[in-house]
Amino acid sequence: MMTFLGNLLLLVGGLFCLLGALGLVRMPDVYNRIQAGTKAVTMGSLCILAGVGLLYPTWWPKLVAVALFILLTNPVGSSAIARALYRSGIRPWHKAGEEES
Amino acid sequence: MTEPMVLLPLLLVGAGVLLALGRLVAGPTAPDRVVAADTIAVITTAAIVLLAAAFDSALYLDVALVYGVLAFVGVVAIARAIEGGP
Repeated sequence: MMTFLGNLLLLVGGLFCLLGALGLVRMPDVYNRIQAGTKAVTMGSLCILAGVGLLYPTWWPKLVAVALFILLTNPVGSSAIARALYRSGIRPWHKAGEEES
Repeated sequence: MTEPMVLLPLLLVGAGVLLALGRLVAGPTAPDRVVAADTIAVITTAAIVLLAAAFDSALYLDVALVYGVLAFVGVVAIARAIEGGP
């Protein structure tokens, strides 16, 4: 049962990583790409870490360390990139014909 | 215990890295490339943990942790460089 759950979590995590990268390709703007590339990939990585933890119960401490690290640094890094972009003068994308507010 | 089924997740993760690599190569501006590199780094951290499960060796977890730390420092440094200023 634990093995099945772990394998399922690994699959879900891999799928989320793939979808995040797909969003990175498909989105129209840098800010949208930051969204797709950070949120979905964070979710996928945490799913993969939890799945490996279910498959190998003795690895929990190191896996928790890696998971905490991803959870802490990934949002910080993406928000640092977004702030740098905004300060260097790149404005968010608008649909054609929409007035800039 | 039965062998963990890591081949399919590794294929999915590898396809994700390839897609992000396409954005890294084709990205119109430098910020696009930075975002793509950040995403590739996080996906690679997860992939190294998958490799630890595939090779049944806990040594790779340390590699994943150090890789994540170095990638984060690099991304923040590039963000500072884009921002400019003092």
